Amino acid sequence: MNDAQPLLDIRNLFVRFHTDTGVVHAVNGLNLSLRKGKSLGFVGETGAGKTTTALAALQLIQSPPGEMTGEILFQGRDVMKMTEPEKRAFRGGKIAMIFQDPMTSLNPIMTVEEQIMEMVELHSAVANTRERAREMLTLVGIRPERGKDYPHQLSGGMRQRVGIAIALACEPDLLIADEPTTALDVTIQAQVIDLIKKLQSSVRTSLLLITHDLGIVAEICDDVAIMYAGRLVETAGLRQLYKKPLHPYTQGLFDAVPRLDTDPGEKLAVIPGLTPDPTNLPEGCSFSPRCPHARHVCHERSCGMKEYEPGHFVDCHFPLDFSSGNRGDGK
Amino acid sequence: MSDYKNLLEVRNLKKYFKVHEGILQAVDDVSLSISKGLTLGLVGESGCGKSTLGRLVIGLLEPTAGEVVFKGSNVFALDEKGKSRFRRDAQIVFQDPFSSLNPRMSVFQLIAEPLLINKACRNRREVEARVMELMDTVGLAERLVTSFPHELDGGRRQRIGVARALALNPDFIVLDEPVSALDVCIQAQILNLLGDLKKEYGYTYLFISHNLSVVRYVSDEVAVMYLGQVVERSGNMVLFEDPLHPYTQALLSAVPTIDLDGEGKQKKRVILEGDVPSPVDPPPGCRFAPRCFRRQERCSSESPTLSEVKPGHFAACHFA
Repeated sequence: MNDAQPLLDIRNLFVRFHTDTGVVHAVNGLNLSLRKGKSLGFVGETGAGKTTTALAALQLIQSPPGEMTGEILFQGRDVMKMTEPEKRAFRGGKIAMIFQDPMTSLNPIMTVEEQIMEMVELHSAVANTRERAREMLTLVGIRPERGKDYPHQLSGGMRQRVGIAIALACEPDLLIADEPTTALDVTIQAQVIDLIKKLQSSVRTSLLLITHDLGIVAEICDDVAIMYAGRLVETAGLRQLYKKPLHPYTQGLFDAVPRLDTDPGEKLAVIPGLTPDPTNLPEGCSFSPRCPHARHVCHERSCGMKEYEPGHFVDCHFPLDFSSGNRGDGK
Repeated sequence: MSDYKNLLEVRNLKKYFKVHEGILQAVDDVSLSISKGLTLGLVGESGCGKSTLGRLVIGLLEPTAGEVVFKGSNVFALDEKGKSRFRRDAQIVFQDPFSSLNPRMSVFQLIAEPLLINKACRNRREVEARVMELMDTVGLAERLVTSFPHELDGGRRQRIGVARALALNPDFIVLDEPVSALDVCIQAQILNLLGDLKKEYGYTYLFISHNLSVVRYVSDEVAVMYLGQVVERSGNMVLFEDPLHPYTQALLSAVPTIDLDGEGKQKKRVILEGDVPSPVDPPPGCRFAPRCFRRQERCSSESPTLSEVKPGHFAACHFA
């Protein structure tokens, strides 16, 4: 495998869930690739399909009711075509995941040390698993003697760090972090972000960071992908996208967050309406019903991903044109 | 009614809980005041006592010591009539719109409940008219009147919470993390709604949040809490531009910023060691000392008091 080949390459992924109230279109034709050693911020609101995509990459979608089509290439191999034993080996061993909620993602009746050891036993050839577990605890800033504690004896920040220790114990090629700091306080969040950054450079793990916080993405990531209603609307390098958000939805996300330099009392720009119902997606561009710039064509068909400038892709008929301050003419 | 300068004054308020490990000092000697029509932002991490304080000031909890003075009279010394008046005047909006609404009640029943309990309307028609008026005020479409909470998204549910708080025409509203459970776009909608309501009706808010950007955006004055105590207090702009307490400095520097220009990425970050210690039997001295990057010997023995370091800017630190 060479470095030019993406580590994770998701091609035209669809995930649907068949439910009593209709078919939920969770992911709709997603294309996403992550380069080796890089970190990608995967941003979107609740229900955009971020976590579903991560679970699909780990082959953790139950079928039925789930149904997946498309390709998920990991180091060039399609994970959908793997056998069950192969999948088990690759989950945790090659791709590890940090879950959102540190309160519920650990086993309450196992000590944290045992939980790390379990991972090491399953996925690596390390003989002294206890020692490895203690090393991992030290690495994430927890005194090794706390390994004898049960999850409920640790604080939220420590539990999240245990989650990170478990995920990184076997030095996976890819770490998927699903909102790793949402449940944490700002000062603890800063610790966790700092830790992930340090580990990324020392272990050289690639990172897929799922979040709705553009601030955290700016802290950690090299690239950004914005997801809306089950597909990407924009993707680019961090600076490119933050300097020049092209998609009206991306722009809306930036405008909606109060910053430490927003004038108090100044009204926040709000994207009108709500994210579409995944059982009943709108015709054309799925953002068109909420888009302030939508024209006739937007309601009829979506534009498809286009490279607006080198490395900066956007799925919009009329991307924001910053040179003139006006909308582009659709070319 | 007597003359009063501040709509709400909190004087040396303490709330201790007995737990089996000892005494949990949730709120320990807090004094604050809010002038009419202003918003006080109360910031702190989980467990610092900010929600307990919020519940104390609207009388949901009885303090261990100290006073809450609302419109010039002590809330906990009111007679029955005064109490019922106070309960109309001071309201609260809770954090979690998913668990703070009764799932078996429709939007109509939820909003009508405070009106019925307080017999605020003379007949059914008046109740209906008032519910519709409130739904309009908070931006809930009329067709949702028969919906149940589970059918609505977080933003709409939070609007119901706001409508319930507004039902009895209060003067003062405690907003306990009203937007933390919401997505950024919905969060912006609710913040705008709260801003509009304040402008239109002159409400006084106590805005409790752990999100500094949000607090800065909504507040006129800010107080920072750490382990049950207020460590810094000042006008909004001053505190965010020139924080004096090391904890406030660390909090501000911990906020991830989307600003990549110039200093954005190189911003010097203060990363605090460790977690917030337990509020059960806290050690003597400054409570922040074990995590503080400026601590000296004096800090672990002598507790600093909140004092006016600069005009209108208070901090509880020996070295501020």
